Amino acid sequence: MTAFDQTLDQILTLAATHFKVPREKLTPDDDFFKTLGIDSLQALDLLTKLENHFKVELPDYELQGVSDFRTLASRIQSRL
Amino acid sequence: MLNLDQYTSLGEALRDALERWPNEVCLIESDRGKEKTRLTYSDFKEIAVPLTRALEDADLKADDRAAIIMTNQSKWLISAYAIFHCGGVLVPLDYKLTAAEHLQLLAHSRAKFLIVEFYLWRAIMQSPEFKKHSVQRVLVTEAPLGADIGGAFRWEDFRRKGEPSLVKRQKEDVACIVYSSGTGGRPKGCVLTHENYIEQCKALTAWYPFWPGVRYLSILPTNHAIDFMVGFVGPFVCGACVVHLRTLRPEFVRDAMVKYKITYMSLVPMVLKNLERGLRAKLDDLPGPKRFLLNKLIAANKAMTRRKPNVPLSRKLLGQIHGAFGGELLALFTGGAFMEPSTLQFFYDLGIPVANGYGLTEAGTALTLNDFKPFRADTVGKPLPGVELRILNPDYDGIGEVAVHSKTIMSHYLYDAELTAQTIVDGWLLTGDLGRFDGTGHLQLFGRKKNMIVTEGGKNIYPEDIESAFDGISVKEYCIFAANYLWPAKTLGKEMLVLIVRLESGQEFSPALQEEINSRNRRLPDFKRVGGYVIWDKDFPRTASMKIKRTVLAEEIGKSLGRAAVVAL
Repeated sequence: MTAFDQTLDQILTLAATHFKVPREKLTPDDDFFKTLGIDSLQALDLLTKLENHFKVELPDYELQGVSDFRTLASRIQSRL
Repeated sequence: MLNLDQYTSLGEALRDALERWPNEVCLIESDRGKEKTRLTYSDFKEIAVPLTRALEDADLKADDRAAIIMTNQSKWLISAYAIFHCGGVLVPLDYKLTAAEHLQLLAHSRAKFLIVEFYLWRAIMQSPEFKKHSVQRVLVTEAPLGADIGGAFRWEDFRRKGEPSLVKRQKEDVACIVYSSGTGGRPKGCVLTHENYIEQCKALTAWYPFWPGVRYLSILPTNHAIDFMVGFVGPFVCGACVVHLRTLRPEFVRDAMVKYKITYMSLVPMVLKNLERGLRAKLDDLPGPKRFLLNKLIAANKAMTRRKPNVPLSRKLLGQIHGAFGGELLALFTGGAFMEPSTLQFFYDLGIPVANGYGLTEAGTALTLNDFKPFRADTVGKPLPGVELRILNPDYDGIGEVAVHSKTIMSHYLYDAELTAQTIVDGWLLTGDLGRFDGTGHLQLFGRKKNMIVTEGGKNIYPEDIESAFDGISVKEYCIFAANYLWPAKTLGKEMLVLIVRLESGQEFSPALQEEINSRNRRLPDFKRVGGYVIWDKDFPRTASMKIKRTVLAEEIGKSLGRAAVVAL
């Protein structure tokens, strides 16, 4: 598993736990707003959880226009 | 507060504000709980004057347009101050738009200057349309050392010594061009005068005054009419303080309210609902006896504030809840989108008044606002001082289009005389919103006459603006409507956009087409996405120049099909 795949996998697991959805229901290209049924504020909450987990700081603008887990993972990976 | 009757322009009023309260704090900026900036009015002046001088030297003259694209922060307000001082016209653009949209609006507004945050400028420079931009001078804030800023100037270094001259403006001169929407189709640049802002400020502060010591937490984008007024002009002309946050995550917003003992805050319904959700979860987690006691206190507060709010009393009764909001909150403001009465009532019962209002960019910040005399969760309040409202062609229930006459109404739409003539008729602005007055003079809203939606995040979305996102999909033709426009519903809730699809002869709606549409939809920001589609079996009616006759098509669809025909995406 590449470092990117690991990051992606951890994001999916964290999102599933945080929003209480089965992990197997989430796939990398899912629109997380739709799959998780969340609004942009709840997405910001997820960003905080990810920051704490990966020990990186992500400005709010990193999430601007991002709606799938794969792109989110690439934004986080570039800051690790 | 400054006596605004003495002023003809925002530049003059803001200049005098800096002189009047030199030692009061005007701006605080916090990033993740760490305070980054704290400026008194005197400190503000110290930074603003050299920038103003430099802009003056760079030939920013009266009526020159200068755009700002920035998140909420001190440099936004300092830059706006400098632009007004030079007599310029401010073009505040939404930082959440895409780079292509920014370039489109910069071109439409013919902005000569641009002041932009580095990460946004980087995105603009990477845009394929970048080469075509015609802005003459770009100032970039917070660019990292050594970063490529493409020939722009660093805001922090753009300073000159000396005292700039205030360029006198008259009330009827243009202060701002604010885009209410139209990034994808027909740009709607609302041209607002100095008088529009001065009158709006007078009306709002008559009901909700600011004074030195008041702290306003600015979380709506400053380019938005509400924050520009109550998170900049209003507090400044009263010597109050504005608090900015670099991240708007709910936990930092909550912390800031406590740390800075916030007095007022404006928020969109989505944020208010988020606060409600968090608060309800905390209340539900309380052990039984504590919850029982709290319920009794809430009931007592409710009984004692039935006629009007009594915030000091509510703070005593429900100290812990008020403490979580900083303990000095006087009111929250909301509007710009439909607000559920149950949410407003929830906060009111806790002694936290939420003043729900109604306004549109074309008419300044707000037209109506709840004055709590008494609290009415089911209305958007009463007209503000100086605002005349009429209900045009009311139906049997008294519901008709809301029209406005006020000194806060924009001058016109930029470069669009036709749209201006359709929107402002004999000095009355036709809002396109449906409403009626109740027996006590409160306005109730019931839906829209116009083809648009407003999201819970307070964004105006015009279907025509979204259509280009579906360019080239494998169908004969398509267009987008607001569902409530096709099937008028006397409600503003649960608004959605619907894609109308006309297939080629013999074509079926295949899974591949569905995926094509889904994929296009996903590329749009979440608040702009289409909620469902309808397959329409006739060719679209078109004008001689092949434009879709939207009104005719909408009527045909509305008559032939019901909402049940919409397939969710």
